Formats: sequence, structure tokens, C-alpha cells
Amino acid sequence: MNLKFFSIDLKNKKRLIPQVLTLLSIVLAISYFAFNAQVNMNNRGIAFGFGFLTQEASFDIGFSLIDYDGSHSYARAFLVGLLNTLLVSVIGIFFATLIGVTVGIGRLSSNFLVAKFSEVYVEVFRNIPLLLQLFFWYFAALRALPLPEQAINFYDISYLTVKGWYVPKFIWTNFSIFIYSILAAIVAITFVSKHAKKQREEFGKHIPSFYIGIVLLFTFPALSFFIGGVTLDFEIPVLKQMSTTIFNFRGGVSIIPELMALAMALSMYTATFIAENVRAGILGIGKGQKEAAASIGLTNTQILKLVVLPQALRIIIPPTTNQYLNLTKNSSLAAAIAYPDIVLVFAGTALMQTGRAIEIVSITMGTYLLISLSISSFMNWYNQSVAIKEK
Amino acid sequence: MLKTFKNWILIGFASLILVACQQQGGGNSKKSKTLENTQKAGFVKCGVSQGLPGFSNADTAGNWSGIDVDVCRAVAAAVLGDADKVKYTPLSAKERFTALIAGEIDILSRNTTWTLSRDADIGLTFVGVNFYDGQGFMVRKNSGINSVNDFQSGISACTNTGTTTELNMRDFFNSKNISYEPIAFEKADEVVAAYDAGRCDTYTTDKSGLAAQRTKMSSPDDHKVLPETISKEPLGPVVRQGDAVWEDIVRWSLNVMIEAEEYGVNSSNASSLKDSENPQIKRLVGSEGELGSAFGLDNEWSLRIIEQVGNYGEIYEKHIASTGIMPDRGPNELWTKGGILYVAPAR
Repeated sequence: MNLKFFSIDLKNKKRLIPQVLTLLSIVLAISYFAFNAQVNMNNRGIAFGFGFLTQEASFDIGFSLIDYDGSHSYARAFLVGLLNTLLVSVIGIFFATLIGVTVGIGRLSSNFLVAKFSEVYVEVFRNIPLLLQLFFWYFAALRALPLPEQAINFYDISYLTVKGWYVPKFIWTNFSIFIYSILAAIVAITFVSKHAKKQREEFGKHIPSFYIGIVLLFTFPALSFFIGGVTLDFEIPVLKQMSTTIFNFRGGVSIIPELMALAMALSMYTATFIAENVRAGILGIGKGQKEAAASIGLTNTQILKLVVLPQALRIIIPPTTNQYLNLTKNSSLAAAIAYPDIVLVFAGTALMQTGRAIEIVSITMGTYLLISLSISSFMNWYNQSVAIKEK
Repeated sequence: MLKTFKNWILIGFASLILVACQQQGGGNSKKSKTLENTQKAGFVKCGVSQGLPGFSNADTAGNWSGIDVDVCRAVAAAVLGDADKVKYTPLSAKERFTALIAGEIDILSRNTTWTLSRDADIGLTFVGVNFYDGQGFMVRKNSGINSVNDFQSGISACTNTGTTTELNMRDFFNSKNISYEPIAFEKADEVVAAYDAGRCDTYTTDKSGLAAQRTKMSSPDDHKVLPETISKEPLGPVVRQGDAVWEDIVRWSLNVMIEAEEYGVNSSNASSLKDSENPQIKRLVGSEGELGSAFGLDNEWSLRIIEQVGNYGEIYEKHIASTGIMPDRGPNELWTKGGILYVAPAR
């Protein structure tokens, strides 16, 4: 035997052993739990399988983005819950970003009142547990709203009541044509801005691409109304008497108080963390950068747009991604106030009615994992697009 | 080389231990594991509601009472000799079955409806009925609604998640062709608060639950329960599947309380009836037969239940009737008195 070969082989093996052992123990542990669960389920006569997903759900859900009633399947109920989770997450992320950026910039303001107000906002809202804030908005703030017969009236088209916020419903005809017109507008705007950039960089000619873009964004959809056969009607909610003292609004769209409370709590809480990210991002840009930019004659807006913001974004985006993920996962607190999200509908009611705890909990966990991974890969892509490009 | 060998031996041992653990976890003995564990622990692990007056409700000092609680107390009296040796775990409707299946509790006595799918599909066994109930609706007295026929499309209804109520409600409104907005909360208190605040127009759950929750409201007299009953809700204690002896203990602890009422045996006269003429009474108080040995208990198990907890009539009077929840026993009267309480004889 070649001694040299052997020694190298042994060395490699030595390196390999801990790795193999770790892997093996992980596999063993997982199979142990799986086996254990299977044995216990067998002993107690619990069947395992995903067949229940096609069965009739036979429970109704109060708020749904798609057509659903109890005669649909559990799979459809899952989809309703998932869409409700996504809806509140998207609304939450939108408002959290809006408030967060405003407050973050506000904290750096030279205006004493604005800076102090922003600071107090951040300190108050980030130091109170989210669940308590949720309870505050739902049980204290929104429960104090009036009954439908004394609704807070917005110009006779929209009403705010304890049962929800009733807004007019849009009734479209040829809605797809309208969507195509917006897509066409976006394509045109991209083309114009690329052309404008080329003109500026190659010939030094300035084309007001921003204003052209706005004009385009309105012209295309407007055209779809005039020649595309698109029409838009409004269905305005009307107060209806249902018995001596029970009134309710019928028609229009009802934004349920559970959704409002959850979106408010999530966005106001997460906004504080985003605000701190924004502040950190802006403060992270050296003073010299701004001074250098000023010394070559850039205006304040240009400094912010061309020098500070592109660099600040690199600092802001990664921690903000975390906040978006947190917000999405925190939306599962919905169950506490009866907002029919995926946890309440699927991991709650559906689990109870079918008793398939292992299947349903693993589907729900997988779904959250998928949503989180999608958000973080999108944010990573965006982060890379603003990162320093080595040339 | 030696090291690798050692490692392999280690892995071998690890797998052996794992296999041994599985053997133990999967083992199925003829004795009652639950009974053994209960006697070893010294208390009965009982799952109850998060607060439903008359059924299972804790006072400010944390003492639980109610007819559901008394089922657990009866089992504790039978197997441990002391009705107070019960550890209560308050559970939401959603958590209850998982807690039972996972072994966190050994008896679920939480106003739970006996249905086919729950009994057959999810590894549970219902042992009997301690309250015959049905689903009803509560509305405000001034609402002008006097019957379920007055409901109109667009009504909003609050209820609990994870209950049969959610399903019955849909069946009911569908059959009447009424569109409705369901709002389902996890805790009964949240449902009541939402209804109280006007978030929903009607509150629906088991009629006993409606009557009990009404006592908790800010002004109980402003609300009423509609006369119609839209479903059958036989409520009773539940145990895990797979421990037949424990199942029997719980079943017969409940049956003994009902039969004791039938034969006029109550907490105050039970011990004096040991020399009764009636052999059935003698069996109930443990002076004839060897009924307890079938479960591995002594012969005075049923006497302890009757003495420490009482017969069904006593506990109904104490928790349901005298508290004003349901003064009229209705179907929960003995079969000899026009009700439907009819249990197999303890002999």
C-alpha cells in the first residue's frame, strides 16, 4: 500500500467524519420524529393524507377577495385565507414604508417640532407590544365608531361605522382593455425615459421625460374609455333597515374593521423600525459626500437624488427587508381579532373541522416560508440593482 | 481507522436507543396507562372552557365550578378519592382536541358537541352526554326580531371559531336563503364583546351558552334568546381513543351521577343507604357487588362520587338552575320524568 496515498486519504476522512456524523444525526432525528408521529397516529386511529383538501368546507368566511361560500372545498378556503394574508401584508407594507420614510426623514429635520414629534412617535410605537396595539385599534378605537344609522358620512358616497367602512364599488365593463392600456402606457414611458437618457448622455439634450410620462399615463387609459368601450360605474352603499333597530349598509364594498385594525397596527408598528433604518441610511453617508457634491454646484435636490439616496438605499434595504418579512409574519396575529387570514381560516377553523393537525400546520408553515422567501428574494434582487457596481 | 470504528459503534448505540424509544412510545398495554399516570401524578388532568358560567367557570380565587367541571371532579373522586384533586386547563374551542390527543389533558369536559366526524375521524371517543343542548340566536330586545323568520339578508352573526356552530349557522341561513356576514372569534368573551358593541346583529351558539353568556353582558335585560333551536348539540366529556379502561371510568362516573338521581341517592343520604333494601341502590353506594374492580378501582368509587360531587339533579340545580341560566330542565330531565336522560344500568 502506498503510504503517502493512505495518509492523504485518512486526512480527508478525518475532515469528512464530523460532517457525515452531523448529517446522519439530523436525518436520524427527523426520521425519529416522523416515525414517532406515525406510530402515535396509528395507535390513535388518525389517518394521514391530503384528500380532505377537496372535500366541501361547509363553513363560511366573512371576508373574501374571491368567490367563496361553504360549498367550496377546503383548498379554496385555504386560498381565501392566503389572499387575505397577502392583502393585509401588502397594505401594511405600503403604509409602513410611507410612514417609515416620512418619519425617518422627519427625525433628521431641522424643524424642532417635526423632529421631536417623529422621535416620540418612534419611541412610543416601537416599545409597545404589537398585540396590545392591535387590541387598542380594534377594541378601543374602532369599536367606538357609531352604528350604521348614525354613520360618519363622507359626501353621501362613503360611510364609516362600527361594522366597517363602506365605500363605492367600481363596476367595470371591458376591464381587461383598461389594464392593457395601462400596460401600454408603462411600456411607452420606459421607452421615452430610455430615449431621454440617451439624448442627455450623448447629445446633452434635455427632454422633460417626467412630464411626458405623466401625460402618457393619463392619455392611454383615457383613450381606452373613449374608443376602447371601457365604462366605469359606481355602486354606492345604501342604508337599509332590517328590523326595528337593526340597520346595515347594502351595496358597495365593505372594508371590515378587522382589516382596518390589523393594517393600522402592523403599519404603524413596523413603520417605526423602517424610520430608524431610513435615518441610519441617511446618517451613514459621510458629510464629505454632500459637501463635495455641493462644491461641484449640485442643487440640494440633486444632492439628495444623485448622491445621498443611491448610497443610503444600500444601507436601508437589507434591514428593511427584515421588517417586511416581520410584518408579513406578524399578520398572523389576525386570529386575535377575527380577521379571516390563513391562520384563522385554515390553521383554525379548517383544522378544527377536519382534525388534520399535522397536514394543515405543515401546509401553513410551508406557505409562510414561501411568502417570506419570495419577499426576501425580491428584495435581494432590488438590493443588488442598487448595490455598488464594480466597473 | 480505529477512530472510524469507534464512531460506527457510537452510531450503532444511538440508533439502538432511538429504536428502543420508539418501542416504548408505541407500546400498547392492556392496563390503563392513563389511570396509572393519574394515580402516580395524584391529580386528574382536565380540559375545560375559558369561562362559561354553569359549565366551567373560575371564580376570582381560581376555583372552577360547573357541570362540566363536576365530571372531572367525579373521576377524581373515583380514582383518587378526592374530588378536588383536579388540574384544570382552560382551552379555546380550537385548542381542545389537540390538547387531548397530545396528552396535555386526559379528559376534555368542555361543552363539546358529539358528532360523527369528531368521534370517528380524529382519534377521540365521546363517553356520554351530560347536557342536551341546541343552537339558538340571541338578539337585542328592541331589535324587533322575535323569531328566526325575521332575519333578513345582510345580517351579521358573531360566533366562535372551531365549533359546530359555524357549520350549523351556514346550514341554517342557506336553508332560509339569507346571505349573512359571519364573524368568528377564538374566545367566547371576544364574541360577546363584539356583539355587545354592535359589531354584529346576532350572537349564535348553544342555547345554554347564550343563556350563560347573557349573564356576563353589560345589561343582560336588553337581550333575548329567540325561541327556535336550529340544531342538536349533545354535549359531553371526551377522552383519547386507545385506552378503553379510562374511557369506561369516565363514562361510568358520569352514568353513576345520573343513575343516583334516578334512585334518589344524593350527597347527603348516600352513606346511610348502605343497608338499603334496593339492590340497585346498594350497588350504587358500593355495599353490593364488585363493580369497581372492573376498572381496577375499589368498591366505594361510586359512593365517593355521589358523596363528594352529588347526583346529576344536585349538580344541575347548583350550577344551571339556581344560577338562572336554564331553570327549566327540559330534555335534561330523567327519562322517568319526561326528559331524555336515560343511562345504562350500573350493575
